[in-house]
Parts: sequence; C-alpha cells; structure tokens
Amino acid sequence: MKPPAFEYVVAETVEEATARLAEYGDDARPIAGGQSLVPMMNFRLVSPAVLIDIRKIAPPDTIEEADGHVRIGALTRHRALETSPLIADRFPVVTAAMKHVAHLAIRNRGTIGGSLCHADPAAELPAIAVLLDARISVARQGGERTIEARDFFEGALWTAVGDDEIVTRIDLPLLPPGAGWGFHEFARRHGDFGLAGAAATVTKSAGRATEVRIALLGVGETPVRAHAAEALLTGSDFGPDAVAAAAVAVRDGIDPTDDLHASADYRRHLAGVLAERALADAWGRAGNGAS
Amino acid sequence: MERIDISLSVNGTTYERSVEPRRLLSDFLRDDLRLTGTHVGCEHGVCGACTVLLDGDSVRSCLTFAVQCDGASIRTVEGLGEIGALDPLQESFRKHHALQCGFCTPGMLMTAVDLLAKYPLSTDDEIREGLSGNLCRCTGYVNIVSAVREAAAARGNDKA
Repeated sequence: MKPPAFEYVVAETVEEATARLAEYGDDARPIAGGQSLVPMMNFRLVSPAVLIDIRKIAPPDTIEEADGHVRIGALTRHRALETSPLIADRFPVVTAAMKHVAHLAIRNRGTIGGSLCHADPAAELPAIAVLLDARISVARQGGERTIEARDFFEGALWTAVGDDEIVTRIDLPLLPPGAGWGFHEFARRHGDFGLAGAAATVTKSAGRATEVRIALLGVGETPVRAHAAEALLTGSDFGPDAVAAAAVAVRDGIDPTDDLHASADYRRHLAGVLAERALADAWGRAGNGAS
Repeated sequence: MERIDISLSVNGTTYERSVEPRRLLSDFLRDDLRLTGTHVGCEHGVCGACTVLLDGDSVRSCLTFAVQCDGASIRTVEGLGEIGALDPLQESFRKHHALQCGFCTPGMLMTAVDLLAKYPLSTDDEIREGLSGNLCRCTGYVNIVSAVREAAAARGNDKA
C-alpha cells in the first residue's frame, strides 16, 4: 500500500530535531534510514502527522574508540558497522551479528539508532546492546541523558525513549582482554528475522570462566540476558555438565510466545541449543590467562 | 498536503520536480519520471523488485521517500545498459537464461551490481546469500546464480 500523507521537515542539527519534536509531540516521528518506519507506514500501522528527517545531522557514520569504549553515532548505517575494522577488532560479535541483519539493500540504509528505537525483539542490534551493556544517549530540547541497554527496551517495539527525544549515540564498553564470543541465530530464510538467536561472551583465566554473558533474541517481548545461566557458568571450567545446566537455565528463564512461524516450545528449545553453540564458540575463542 | 521541491540525478540526468512528501521513490521513478524499468512488487521491502542504487548503494526504492533523495544520485536498470549495448551483467543474465517473466529482473540486476562492487562472491553460498533479499517466482534461482557467478569471474579477470 501507499503511506498516508504527512508533513515533512528536515532537521540539520540535534537541537533543531529536538525543538521540532517538542513542538509536534507524539504526532511526529524522526526518520533516518526509514527501513523499519516506512514499511509500517506503507502497511498503515503507523500514521505520523509529521516526519522529521534527521539524515543530515552530521556526521553520519561515526565509529570511534575513546576512554574504554567504542562510540557509535546513531546515524551510522548497518553496513558501516558490518565493515568497520575497529568493530571487527574490538567487537567481532557485532560484525558477526550484522551479517544476519536483513539484506545488503536494507543494511545500506538502516541506521543503528533506528534499529534500537524500533526495538523489534527479534532484531540483532538490540540483543547486542543488551549483551555488551551498551549505554544509549538520547537528547531532548535543552538536555541529554544516558540509558543503560537493560533499561532501554521496555516491550516489543517499545523503548524508554520519550516522544520528545532522539537517540544520538551508543557507547559500547570494551570487553576484558582476551574475551571470546559467539553468535548463533536460526531463521527460516537468510535475512529473515530469527526465530531465536543467542550471543555470548566469555572471559577465562587459568581454565575457568571469569565473566560470562548471554543475550537472547526472539524469545520474548524484549532482548534478554540469561542471568541465571551466566551465574551457573561463571567460575566453572565449561565442562559438559556445566554447559548443559546453563542451557536448561536459558530455557527455564524465558517466556517465548507462539506465532505463525514457531511454537513457544520450539523457540524455548531452540534458544537452549543456540545458547550452547554460542557459549562453546565463545569459550573456544577466549584467550587463557588474560590479564 | 504541501508539495516539496526536489532536485536529483537519475542515470546522469538531473530532474527537478515538486512532490508530495509521501511519494515513494519507486512511484516517483515510475509515475513522475516514467522510468518504468524499476518494478514494484510488495511495497514493504521484502521482494527486492524495486531495488535501485542511491549514491552507489543498493536500496529498496519502496522504502525510501523521494523527498529524502533531494540532491542524491540514483541509478536504475535503465542506466545499466540498453538494447544493443547491454551491460556485461545483463549479457550474462541473457546467456544463462536468468529470467523468465522478467518481473524480478531489474531488482536482481541492481542488487547484483552492488554485490559485485562490495563482495568477493567467490562462492555460490555468498552469491545466494547476497541475492536472498530478491524473490523470483518463475525460474528458480539456479540460472540467476550462474549469471552472477560468471559476471563475478569476468570482473576478476578485468582486475587482473
């Protein structure tokens, strides 16, 4: 279908964008790449009265390291994240996850800020943000605040970002040296939203895990961390029993729903299997005795 | 609804038009510029038939508003080649019979142009993954993959 009519304004600075949002309130939506918003408008699931085009707020693709984290501008496109040498070096789990994001034409256009704000529970980037304890900065007229990823996603397609706010950047705190990683997702066709997915990082010292993180996508209203499984594995030697117990904890800790594509039971089973694979990869890639 | 003046280049020609904000790039190309080579299938970014190049990158023209392309450079299938002077990729599609009804072909071609520019395409898996966002409902994908494989190999020879 065709999208409903709307008024269109271009904001060239964050200040201008937030002033416009303050002016129009929840009648307005910011648009950058539009890869989630435009399909919803074409389906007439959303009908904003005003679109505020923020694509000219410079600089578009910024990925830089500073003070123990990598800072990514909200207008950075998925393709830039997928191909960034800095991301490949510091967060190879992000590079791996980006390859699962839709298709090249979508990654060429869709932005990091847009994906976070759309907050699809089956999307890769929100799960990555939760895995890496990202801090997401949002601006509103006359102010700015930072939201921890764990507080950012409030429900399916629902975030802590207010109607008068826009996301400006995401900061990823660096992982401990030697951290291993894994990312596994299962989708019916390549590029589709995953039925379930799991991302993990593991740090080890003297043959024992010192820090374990597991994030899951597609298994609930929001991306989730499997805290119980993380706790079971921390301090362990990642033996078969420990990993099996963690997979049980992953399955017990989620509450997926039935839909056209998969039953809740199947999703729960899948989450356990994918988490085991992601954990095995992360353990295998982790450097021993990192200091 | 107020119209907005835009100026953009399509296949090297500059067009100045006044458009409704809700005008999709796909409809702008087809209905306003009468460049009907770009096809419209699903209108929600799934089928890939409407794929064009925007400043060199493949994009879904049905998920892009024309007003967002003010100042941009667009390339459509009409800019790829013409009868008697086909692009090597188009020649390869013809040679391998990589089309039957032709509906998906413009999107397949413009996607392949971007894939050829950005990826090694050294394996069929990589080609299939790259084309996975473009749906064909008649030939199956074998001939399309063959056509892109040959274009990728020819590109390698050019570079050597």
